[in-house]
Amino acid sequence: MFSLASVATISACIFLFCLFFSIIANIRNIAYLAETTIGVTVFFDDGMTEEEILALGDQIAQRPEVKEMNYISAEQAWESFQAEYFAGMEELAEGFAEDNPLASSASYEIFLKDISQQNTMVSYLQSLEGVRKVNYSNDLVAGFTNLNRLVGILSVVIIGLLLAVSVFLISNTIHVAAAFRKTENQIMRLIGATNFMIRAPFVVEGVVLGLAGALIPLGATYILYGRMVEYVGERFSGTAGGMGGVLRILPLEALFPTMAAVAMALGVGIGFFVSFFTIRKHLKV
Amino acid sequence: MIEISNVIKTYKAGNKAIRKLNIQIADGEFVFIVGRSGSGKSTLLKMLMKEVEPTSGHIIVNGVNLQKMPRRLVPKYRRRLGMVFQDFKLLKDRNIYENVAFAQRVIGVPPRRIKENVPEMLKLVGLSSKYKFYPNQLSGGEQQRVAIARALINNPEVLLADEPTGNLDRQNADEIMELLAEINAQGTTVIVVTHSQEIVDSMKKRVITMDKGMVVSDKRGGEICEIQHNLL
Ligand SMILES: Nc1ncnc2c1ncn2[C@@H]1O[C@H](COP(=O)(O)OP(=O)(O)OP(=O)(O)O)[C@@H](O)[C@H]1O
Ligand SMILES: [Mg+2]
Repeated sequence: MFSLASVATISACIFLFCLFFSIIANIRNIAYLAETTIGVTVFFDDGMTEEEILALGDQIAQRPEVKEMNYISAEQAWESFQAEYFAGMEELAEGFAEDNPLASSASYEIFLKDISQQNTMVSYLQSLEGVRKVNYSNDLVAGFTNLNRLVGILSVVIIGLLLAVSVFLISNTIHVAAAFRKTENQIMRLIGATNFMIRAPFVVEGVVLGLAGALIPLGATYILYGRMVEYVGERFSGTAGGMGGVLRILPLEALFPTMAAVAMALGVGIGFFVSFFTIRKHLKV
Repeated sequence: MIEISNVIKTYKAGNKAIRKLNIQIADGEFVFIVGRSGSGKSTLLKMLMKEVEPTSGHIIVNGVNLQKMPRRLVPKYRRRLGMVFQDFKLLKDRNIYENVAFAQRVIGVPPRRIKENVPEMLKLVGLSSKYKFYPNQLSGGEQQRVAIARALINNPEVLLADEPTGNLDRQNADEIMELLAEINAQGTTVIVVTHSQEIVDSMKKRVITMDKGMVVSDKRGGEICEIQHNLL
């Protein structure tokens, strides 16, 4: 009875841990991808010469936030545009050959050291003379930092609460089991069994409870996460563009080993320590 | 050598179970303790196995002062004793074989030896065929024999038996007493609490009679036991 409740609570606790772990790992991953793949793009006023733009570029490069900068000349922009939109139909682009339609599209792609510095960087860029437009994805980036923190706090609170409940339930289970086998324990003691011999079975029981409480949610997570990766893969793989590159879910293999190790340690650890101290208190010799 | 000096035991309820006890039992002796119900016989045995603490006085068993023994050494001390209880005290969740084997495991006998010793012991108490039975599948007498097998298997220095034949018929009782005599002949000190006049008479051993927590007579073996029959 109690043992079922204990396993269920530890399972719930560890399942939530797995859930939050997955979410946080993925948010981190997305943030990381965002930092490395989403940069800030600066476009310049019409009629600025390449020399002027490059000079401005040197000035921007002095900023401490900048990790990396790529200059994309109007010609390069046009070429990559052609490659993307006229793939297989190069003759269509021929018409523009002499007259680059993206003549004023020279730009700098700027990658930042830390995504949280984006706002300062963007306002700096906007204040510069000659800058026509600054492209950046504000919501996505700003959201990550906050979301990550929120999920982190939420998970700590909920897991903490569930942990307390599981400690209580395991303790109760062991307590009841010990009371049930009280005469048995007394007999063992009379025959000369040491505390260790009498307590060991209870601690084993606690560890088994903890182990079961870890394996069940790990199995569930394994299956569910696999499903989700499949689903998201099908759903978003078609959508090209920025989101497709960023909204990539971590493969299960990337996070499962760590998650499993922590979950097992958590389950077995709780089972061991709670039963150990409960039985110590209960079976004073 | 067991020395019981000026021992008094008053239970919490104010029950004066042992008023004043002075008994000496030499190594290898065979002693009966008889007396009316409530005279303190079981209490005496419990103090000898350190299950119950005397209120005052002291008990020395083979050179060890039980009152000065640290708690952690109690298991070790008990392993030197064999104990047979009035209510058997078998482990209900284990079969007969396991019950007897448990005593050997406690003292760390290697499994190979346990596999040899336990069937031998069960044969000695006549329970070879029932080794897979659980205690509640046995008669009182059979359970008592399991308890005796468990007490004897470790070749104890001292065997304490509280009414080991209380639930046995005459023939079984005689067999058990023979077993105890045999163990005694091998050097084990044997202390048996009994209500059976017939057994006491047949064995011709030392008989200590208790009443109201005191020794009222202590007769050496061979003496005619014209002990107060009203005290049995
Ligand atoms: N745990 C206990 N708490 C309080 N009183 C007890 C306890 N155990 C025994 N007594 C009392 O101590 C006295 C001696 O009891 P004990 O069991 O030693 O008697 P006994 O000689 O073994 O009797 P019997 O022949 O019926 O087994 C009795 O009056 C009993 O009520
Ligand atoms: Mg008694």
